[in-house]
Amino acid sequence: MTSHAPPRVAGHVGPEPPVAVSRDRRRRGALSAAGAGLILLPLSVAFAVTLGAAGLSIGEVFQTIAVHLGLPLTPLPALEDAIVWELRLPRVLLAALVGGGLAVCGAVLQALTRNPLADPYLLGISSGASTGAVAVLILGLGSGAAAALTAGAFTGSLMAFCCVLALIGVTLGGSIRVVLAGVAVSQLFSALTSLIVIWAGDAQSTRGVTFWLLGSLASASWTGAALCAAATGIGLAVCWSASPALDAFAFGREAAASLGVSPARTQLVLFVVTALSTATLVAASGAIGFVGLVVPHAVRFLVGSRHRVLLPACALYGAIFLLWADTAARTLFSPREIPVGVLTALIGVPAFAVIMRGRSAGS
Amino acid sequence: MSLETRDVVWAAGGAPIIDGITISIPRGGFTGLLGPNGCGKSTLLRLLAGLLRPGEGAVLLDRRRLSELPRREIARRLAVVAQEVSTDVDMTVADVVMLGRIPHRTRPALMGRDDSLDIREAENALARCDLAGWGGRHWSTLSGGERQRVNIARALAQGPTELLLDEPTNHLDIHHQIDLLRMLAAVPTTVVAALHDLNLAAQYCDHLLLLEAGRVVASGSPAQVLTEQWIERVYRVRATVDTDSDGRPHLRYGPLSDAASS
Repeated sequence: MTSHAPPRVAGHVGPEPPVAVSRDRRRRGALSAAGAGLILLPLSVAFAVTLGAAGLSIGEVFQTIAVHLGLPLTPLPALEDAIVWELRLPRVLLAALVGGGLAVCGAVLQALTRNPLADPYLLGISSGASTGAVAVLILGLGSGAAAALTAGAFTGSLMAFCCVLALIGVTLGGSIRVVLAGVAVSQLFSALTSLIVIWAGDAQSTRGVTFWLLGSLASASWTGAALCAAATGIGLAVCWSASPALDAFAFGREAAASLGVSPARTQLVLFVVTALSTATLVAASGAIGFVGLVVPHAVRFLVGSRHRVLLPACALYGAIFLLWADTAARTLFSPREIPVGVLTALIGVPAFAVIMRGRSAGS
Repeated sequence: MSLETRDVVWAAGGAPIIDGITISIPRGGFTGLLGPNGCGKSTLLRLLAGLLRPGEGAVLLDRRRLSELPRREIARRLAVVAQEVSTDVDMTVADVVMLGRIPHRTRPALMGRDDSLDIREAENALARCDLAGWGGRHWSTLSGGERQRVNIARALAQGPTELLLDEPTNHLDIHHQIDLLRMLAAVPTTVVAALHDLNLAAQYCDHLLLLEAGRVVASGSPAQVLTEQWIERVYRVRATVDTDSDGRPHLRYGPLSDAASS
């Protein structure tokens, strides 16, 4: 995979030119890769809004946004205006926010548990969400309104997360314990969901479960987008301010402790923050897979593993990735829509393969 | 005496691993921690580093209890080089050495901070470990011995006043073992290292502590500690001790005596 380093003796300079820490090419490359995402994201948002059954130009999109921001321009006809402002823009923004948030949470949980297979649903969030949502459907709470479902999913997620915390114990502990507790609680809540669905046995609850398992951004609204903006924004800010502590976990809990980081406190705070963020995102969009697992790995290949750069880059590229996956989901086979969770893997795996191959050829 | 222990006891599952140790580590010196496998060397180092809390007694840093100092303050004073370090994270050598600067970062200055001082310290530490110019290499491509040296460079980048190392010469060839021990003997930092090679310990340490079953049984200069009697009792091997021209003991090991092995 990598070229073999030649044997070296003291003072001998090998074929590879010496690289000072300050002039490490990769460190600068990391910053430009992260910067590129900053330009790509708004362009992607604007372009994705133009795509769909009703053809719209970028100019018309900007015109509509400007009108709604209160600029004195002539609005588009009511139908086009509604398509841009009520349908496509909230959905594109929601996709970007959910993708960015899941990627950040995934990166943080991978670092904290030192487990490359960790994803935002490690702590039982997704199975808790489906249990909560299905319970709302069956028990008829809030007469099945969207808001009641969202609240049910969020509550279920937090219940599952509390079970995980109770299993791990206050002192937390090693990564294996966290992973096992997460797996056990996820199984428990999946079983509860199945039990409720079988007991109720109607088509509506089965459809509900499918939605929470595969995820969908079709029911996007400005309210959902605003909630997810808060979840992703706060999650990113808290995790980013803990960047040095996350770096310190690379060699394990004891190494982190010897670098002045409190492993238990860092883990607890970041578990709670990522769980709350993920629960909010899942309540709005269901458990969209793959983004939180693979985007962090792909971004690490691009920008390295220092969290100060990695986390913002994960937010940007997770956002861009899910935005395009969802755009493909709603336009490729229009008018039929494919669940976005199916497309994240269909698009993501080849993209990941290209990055992984390019990376091993380059190093 | 910057680092001391007073009657420290530490037990796991009811069995004492460290059984009442009172020691003072000479400031600025190179102290070797000797003793057979399982005698408590690693546990004592972790107690000295504040990574374990003593069950009884206290570890003192400049006469203050380690357990009462904030973790970050400890990390600015004490750097630890553990025996086995591993990571699945793909990091460069520069990334690893910069970890040593974490305790010196102040929280509000996280963003847009001029980290030229941190980078300079990291480069100095790399140069002292004979690793100048290695910053861009990937941890995953390094040999065990190279990883050990990078890890020591990370510890030096922490700018410690006391450096604690658990068998730092593991994985190193004899050339790098001697390079490392000479460097540890030369640094102004207080150094405590668990060592297995008694001859190298005799050659480079100023002060030795000999452990047996969680107790310190002998301490002092190499000539005071590395005697035929102590080695036979603690390691259960027969040794012949000569004295070098510079007054340091030199050991040759003989066959196991029947009486001592029982």
